[in-house]
Amino acid sequence: MKVAVITFPGSNCDYDLYKAAQQVGGDATFVWHRERGLAGYDAVLLPGGFSYGDYLRAGAIARMSPIMEDVTSFANSGGPVLGICNGFQILCEAGLLPGALMRNSSLKFQGKDVFIRVERNDMLFTSDYTEGQVLRIPIAHGEGNYEADTATLEALEAEGRVVFRYVDASGESTEDANPNGSWHNIAGITNAKGNVLGMMPHPERAMESILGSTDGVALFTSMAGSLSLST
Amino acid sequence: MTPANSAATERSVQPRDGDPEITAEVVAGHGLSEEEYEKVLNIMGRTPTFTELGVFSAMWSEHCGYKNSRPLLSLLPTKAPWVIQGPGENAGVIDVGDGYALAFKIESHNHPSAVEPYQGAATGVGGILRDIFTMGARPVAVLDSLRFGDLDSGRVRYLFSGVVSGVGDYGNCVGVPNIGGEVVFDRGYEGNPIVNAMCLGLMKREDLITASASGTGASLMTVGARTGRDGIHGATFASEELSEDSDESSRPRVQVGDPFTEKLLLEASLELIGSGAITGIQDMGAAGITSSASEMAGRGGSGVEMEMADVPVREEGMTPYEILLSESQERMLVVAEPGREEEVRQILEKWELEARVIGRVTDDGMFRVLEHGKVVANIPALPLTGGCPTYEREGIESAEIQALRNMDLTEHLTPEGDLTESFQRLLGSPNVASKRWVYHQYDTTVRTATAVRPGGDSGVIRIRGTQRAVAATTDCNGRFVYLEPKTGAMAAVAEAARNLVCVGALPTAITNNLNFGNPLKAHIYYQLRESVLGIAAACDAFETPVTGGNVSLFNETDGRAIYPTPVIGMVGVIEDVSKITAQAFQRIGDDVVLLGTNTGEIGGSEYLYVTASLVAGQPPSIDLEGERALQQAVLSMNQSSLIRSAHDCSEGGLACALAECAIGDGEAPFGLSARLDDDLRPVVSLFGEAQGRIIISCDPASTSDVLKIAESHGVPALRIGAVTEATDGFSLTVRDGSLSASVAELARAYFDALPNIMDASPATGG
Repeated sequence: MKVAVITFPGSNCDYDLYKAAQQVGGDATFVWHRERGLAGYDAVLLPGGFSYGDYLRAGAIARMSPIMEDVTSFANSGGPVLGICNGFQILCEAGLLPGALMRNSSLKFQGKDVFIRVERNDMLFTSDYTEGQVLRIPIAHGEGNYEADTATLEALEAEGRVVFRYVDASGESTEDANPNGSWHNIAGITNAKGNVLGMMPHPERAMESILGSTDGVALFTSMAGSLSLST
Repeated sequence: MTPANSAATERSVQPRDGDPEITAEVVAGHGLSEEEYEKVLNIMGRTPTFTELGVFSAMWSEHCGYKNSRPLLSLLPTKAPWVIQGPGENAGVIDVGDGYALAFKIESHNHPSAVEPYQGAATGVGGILRDIFTMGARPVAVLDSLRFGDLDSGRVRYLFSGVVSGVGDYGNCVGVPNIGGEVVFDRGYEGNPIVNAMCLGLMKREDLITASASGTGASLMTVGARTGRDGIHGATFASEELSEDSDESSRPRVQVGDPFTEKLLLEASLELIGSGAITGIQDMGAAGITSSASEMAGRGGSGVEMEMADVPVREEGMTPYEILLSESQERMLVVAEPGREEEVRQILEKWELEARVIGRVTDDGMFRVLEHGKVVANIPALPLTGGCPTYEREGIESAEIQALRNMDLTEHLTPEGDLTESFQRLLGSPNVASKRWVYHQYDTTVRTATAVRPGGDSGVIRIRGTQRAVAATTDCNGRFVYLEPKTGAMAAVAEAARNLVCVGALPTAITNNLNFGNPLKAHIYYQLRESVLGIAAACDAFETPVTGGNVSLFNETDGRAIYPTPVIGMVGVIEDVSKITAQAFQRIGDDVVLLGTNTGEIGGSEYLYVTASLVAGQPPSIDLEGERALQQAVLSMNQSSLIRSAHDCSEGGLACALAECAIGDGEAPFGLSARLDDDLRPVVSLFGEAQGRIIISCDPASTSDVLKIAESHGVPALRIGAVTEATDGFSLTVRDGSLSASVAELARAYFDALPNIMDASPATGG
């Protein structure tokens, strides 16, 4: 699996994502946002951080970076694109995913472990999980409150495009388990084709027991497995 | 650049048009005493220009010149075989094994945070990050040591929440995990919050770079943000007392931070250092270009010449005085290898930042400043940086504090209600209660290296590619230092060391932040001197040299000083990350063992503060040899994998420490059944803050080995009980009393205290 990790000015999880891809045997390359062309990559990863300092709006400036044109065509041609945290925000700003990430309902940055439930495992990103599996994954964001208009939310639910949902340790999707006020406890969504995934929690930080959880590993092995099969 | 060659050496300095005349008032307004100004005249051999006076004022402020503390600081031990860089550079550096070096330092931003908590704290984090990456190290962790007044004041809540947001937003954005620190609330910090930030950075040993300007003809370049009119004279401001109107009048002296630029500057600086195109680099921190250029010249034994018209500025019409003294953030001064300036510029450009040549290194030892080719300042660099007068004063202990220390506390040792009620009050007191409300606003896991997050005795960062890790903690009980400075300072070092051994780290070195009141007052100078002596004694005993730090004096508002607060930032090394010891109990049925001795000491305790609003009594005594033996015993138990948890006893005493072991992070709590048959009063036994105590838990099959190790180190050890199921409750019995509570209730008291205060009540002020 050859993956591109896009680095924007202010990205700060690019290194973590790079290491996570390597851990599952991926061949990872940092791609600076001013570079062009993504030919030859099997997947594109948009890391977390504060691209352009979150100025204007999280992700709003990064989505105008030159490389985003290439990311868009890569996604439109069915290439797998994963955006985590700020990467998710950029995907929404770029229109590759619907909706928006608003300020956390607490109005505070939230940095802690949360539980999320795998809503579907029939996709490239989640095939190594079981449906309904509860994962312990860190979050670290100030703007992770997912919102969309009613029609979009209904479509997301009806089409099974909610991939991860905030839950409690027992897997119940409750208000207390929601760290940021996201509608429908949404932690991660996909596009209609299922090749673009955006999520606020950081699976790349849950790769080793010394770091507190290994529940993120299966996301990367899912990708690596699916992509090595398809090529 | 504008012509500036060695012929300029002889050019005379003329006052600039429009500069104020140098009068006694102008001199006094720059914070220089008559005696200091005499010395300036001697060095210069003439009346300084207004620009020169500004330069002296900044460099000879306490913040830059350490004039009241330098003779005392020379008493601290600074050497050990593992120390690569001691005091005097941007940060200290130690060898942590496997070819890695650790740069670390602590710094204060007390004054700015008192007038503008968010920016004050944010720029404090920014400054300490730059101190680390200018050594060639990548910042890998931040800790914050914070002190505020009591939270019943809306103004204090405003300061607290602003500081926490500032610390968080800056570090979160740059992407450096916060791994710990401390937060203390006490009326002793009401007007003057203490905001100290510590940073750790890792590098390969060979990547170390220093901040010196050598190589005649080499170019001086500013890199990063432009110079604006913010923070002018911040260093001098930081060396004054605050007053009621500091708020409005001092805001312009507070800098504004931009963590996004900092992140770019961090990456660009590490790339620059890696490229070999530069030979020296220094943050433009306090006193901006003035201090960075003159200190680099001083260290390199060289001179510098700079053209102010070449400095990239944010607005037109800035005078040399303003440019030299601006404390605009996210700027660096670098010395480029001759001929490689363009390479420097290109690296900065990649990171969307600016680099510009503003001068060069000379061999005449002068700090020379030009404006459009005219010399506006020409000062011998060495006397400017090293010639600041230093003062050793007479220190006399305050009679008032002596009386407090000698106060008879007997009447306060019988609780009004029952013991369990006092216990729950203590556990829910903001000083003891969980600081989750704070560190959940911080990114603690970015960079995927955090092995122990905030909330434990120490934070731990593993070193990728090795089995090793580094641990860090910040500690100081200001009440103890207030009541008896030397004892309290020793206790701060000892507590830091205990916190490190609890996770399994060998205490290795310290950085210190000396936060005190006005040293011109005899009783404050006494506190400062005694504290330094205490730190020196403890660091000698523990073989933990001081590799640098920061001094923040004049922490007074309307004449009231803070508690003397020498914060100790200590780092330790873990050779095998798989052996990290947890703080919380791990298994039902494990034995609970108290290492160290319960004593009759209750002075300066949280119990007295919470129940009687008292800061009084003799603070707990400290036995440095006993502490050292305890550290070694715990490390030996850790190495032999005999213990499942270890936790230091501090604020709130034995009872609160045991409760913390039982509650853990609240997800999988345990119960406790313990009994202690000493002949102390229950309050003292349960809530006294005797030093030298650590609670460990272990498999009952290991207990005899644990006790043997303790004995071989001469450390008292006693099995006091066992870990039970959470549903069995928390029960702790002493000779004449007992505590008994449901673990869920204790957890609520512990976790809900800060959110209940902070999310329910408005924060006002500002």
